[in-house]
Amino acid sequence: MTLDSKLPSGPIETAWQRTRFDLKLVNPANKRRHSIIVVGSGLAGGSAAATLGELGYNVRCFCFQDSPRRAHSIAAQGGINAAKNYQNDGDSVYRLFYDTVKGGDFRAREANVYRLAEISVSIIDQCVAQGVPFAREYGGALTNRSFGGAQVSRTFYARGQTGQQLLLGAYQALERQVHEGTVTMYPRTEMLDLIVIDGRARGIVTRNLITGELDVHIADAVILGTGGYGNVYYLSTNAKGSNVTASWRAHRRGALFANPCYTQIHPTCIPVSGDYQSKLTLMSESLRNDGRIWVPVKKGDKRSPDQIPESERDYYLERRYPSFGNLVPRDVASRNAKAVCDEGRGVGETGLGVYLDFSDAIKRLGRHVISERYGNLFDMYQRITDEDPYKVPMRIYPAIHYTMGGLWVDYHLQSTIPGLFVLGEANFSDHGANRLGASALMQGLSDGYFVIPYTIGNYLATNKFPKADASHPEAQAAVASVRQITDKLLSIKGHRTVDSFHRELGKIMWDECGMSRTAEGLKKAIGQIRALREEFWQNVNVPGSGDDLNQSLEKAGRVADFFELGELMCIDALERNESCGGHFREEYQTAEGEAQRDDEHYSYVAAWGYRGPGNAPELIKEPLEFDYVHPSQRSYK
Amino acid sequence: MKLTLKIWRQKSRNDKGQFVTYTMNDVNPEMSMLECLDVLNETLIEKGEEPVAFEHDCREGICGSCGFMINGVAHGPERATTVCQLTMRHFKDGQELVIEPWRAKAFPQIKDLVVDRRAFDRIIASGGYVSISTGNATDGNTHLIGKDTSDRAMDAAACIGCGACVAACPNASAALFTGAKIAHLGILPQGKPEQDRRARGMVAQLNTEPFGSCTNIGECTGACPKEIPLEVISVMNRDYIRASWKKRDDDVRTVRPVTDWSLSSKP
Repeated sequence: MTLDSKLPSGPIETAWQRTRFDLKLVNPANKRRHSIIVVGSGLAGGSAAATLGELGYNVRCFCFQDSPRRAHSIAAQGGINAAKNYQNDGDSVYRLFYDTVKGGDFRAREANVYRLAEISVSIIDQCVAQGVPFAREYGGALTNRSFGGAQVSRTFYARGQTGQQLLLGAYQALERQVHEGTVTMYPRTEMLDLIVIDGRARGIVTRNLITGELDVHIADAVILGTGGYGNVYYLSTNAKGSNVTASWRAHRRGALFANPCYTQIHPTCIPVSGDYQSKLTLMSESLRNDGRIWVPVKKGDKRSPDQIPESERDYYLERRYPSFGNLVPRDVASRNAKAVCDEGRGVGETGLGVYLDFSDAIKRLGRHVISERYGNLFDMYQRITDEDPYKVPMRIYPAIHYTMGGLWVDYHLQSTIPGLFVLGEANFSDHGANRLGASALMQGLSDGYFVIPYTIGNYLATNKFPKADASHPEAQAAVASVRQITDKLLSIKGHRTVDSFHRELGKIMWDECGMSRTAEGLKKAIGQIRALREEFWQNVNVPGSGDDLNQSLEKAGRVADFFELGELMCIDALERNESCGGHFREEYQTAEGEAQRDDEHYSYVAAWGYRGPGNAPELIKEPLEFDYVHPSQRSYK
Repeated sequence: MKLTLKIWRQKSRNDKGQFVTYTMNDVNPEMSMLECLDVLNETLIEKGEEPVAFEHDCREGICGSCGFMINGVAHGPERATTVCQLTMRHFKDGQELVIEPWRAKAFPQIKDLVVDRRAFDRIIASGGYVSISTGNATDGNTHLIGKDTSDRAMDAAACIGCGACVAACPNASAALFTGAKIAHLGILPQGKPEQDRRARGMVAQLNTEPFGSCTNIGECTGACPKEIPLEVISVMNRDYIRASWKKRDDDVRTVRPVTDWSLSSKP
């Protein structure tokens, strides 16, 4: 199998414009005859469903939460990038493109990234028009801040709740279409399988989470905007419900999964405090704009931070990276935090933490300015830790936050199954091996508002859709396979809870496939995951039945998929004998301890095909070419 | 620390339901209220019992999924805090916590602490937006919006739709929720063209749902984890009165509240 990425040829500056012209259109009168399924209601899925509804398509949108407004995009704090250059500080579409390709450590497609940078500008306009209350200057103009890894101020924000406000904009646009009757919303409904008929994605099998009913939904095309898979680590900044099931079940039906080992560790999260810990709380990266990161110079220094004089503090990011300082990209900041903690210089009870100190900024700008910028984050920190960050430095530690890998898609955002499109964090396409801050919201909305409405039209206009319904043998087979999994999970009634398995899997993943990886560790992890998965299918205890609200059953299905994904992540990490972005293999580093890429052998997308349970997955490579941004060793010194 | 949890258990909407008492001997004061329920649920599952169903997702106080009454107070004793961020250090060793779901006719029970809040979605669908399709927008800086105006809109827009305002209100009114959206959009120039239509549509839907009327008691704003100010209710009333003076509600289309889940999945 070879992959056709449908990348446009010719100059990159006009590539998307030319592609749009070449895409076939659906006659306005015919749009309502085409039905589209959208799974997920976050920034990608929600904006896609709303926009396709506006165009007149017949849309059904599904989410597992009780309302589309709860999708995890809502938790994004810091902001959204756009190449508006409102600050007159040298930004441009080309610079955003350049920064994103470089920030992704030269493992993303240039054409995709260029399109993203180009569209970023329209996203801001659209969101402002919807009433998103972005932060403003006294004069009334939109304001910006700089964000990790960028030397220009191009990040738009709404206090520390940018994701919430953008999602509510998309949600409101979606509800408007619900009212218009173009979109039907199915909350508390989880996709459990993809229906592929004659080689095309034609529907999904869902479970009604309240009644337990399995339903078949048939359509002309299926869009997944189902987010990332960070919860494979159990502890992450993801919402508890975030899962890989929709993507994974599509993978099992033939969609390739690309770069699964590219995971992002966010440098600024509240450290773990105990065994009961259910998730990790992110403190926005924007805090690094004014906070200074340090640890004591001496190992095991247990003095309280105010007792440690300036000369005995190591502002290690400022020391090692004088030009970017505390604003180095996330992968660099995270690895350095781990390194100083591994040296025994970490702070807090567990020794797994570094200080993020605002005292200089408060002295320089005044408490009111800091409170204006980060007030809600400071409140959140105090609520959780019972410490006042206006007086005591915050303690932070890296945590899993985002996954760059995902289902493989071409330039049209179509997976390897025709008719199955994948948007936002669920796909792999735009961030390479490391995502820059404030780019996730940008990509979700770019895909949903401005890319899919064009590319799906081309698919619908150029294909025929023979009538099909729930009685189709493929639909029935999918229902049977879902029922079999559900029945099996409910029948084991073993001795261990789903969460206990999930925690153990997460620990393996964090230890061996987390911030740094080794061939030896990954091999060990693969063995451990297989053994644990086997135990899971023998010994898990899922109480209750399948015909009502059963949160343990929901979790069990998702954890079962995380086992398979976790193994694939380790296989991918083992195969990639280089360090790039969020993937750091200890064997491959420079003398200064920075990630060492191997462009000669690994400048490709690793797309994995499913070959049945227990069989080794198939690796298909999509070579990456760089015509505009010349791959170089990333330097933030 | 030791705690006694008296939790409302109800198998389904038609089940009568009852309080069941659980004793927890080893609660870590650093854990959140939801993590405390996680620990309880793990022990229940190990004993072969069904865990307590409760709604949760982000556990960062922003998604609005979680929420229940603790000793009669929505989201418990801490101001501006959802139950997912409420740490157990705010309770005393040996304390009894009575935990029950939001109680409101407009929020039908589903199971244990889980209720159906789709009424909120229907209220938003009847006008809680700016009717601007993708692609229609002008440049983001076309409208200059003073910082104070923008901040006021943001204060109202911070609503997370958790339903605490309804649960706290003796009348089970959703005026704070509805007012927050009407104020958020009505304050901004982008929302002005539809200000009247929005107020009429949303208030009509609010009245169609079995919420109670607002009698300006103010429990809602006290319980609100995002401290949405009570003024948004005055903004809603003002917008609604002005809009109805200009035009009657004849053209407003409300939707019938749906409480069944099975039906909704098969349109």
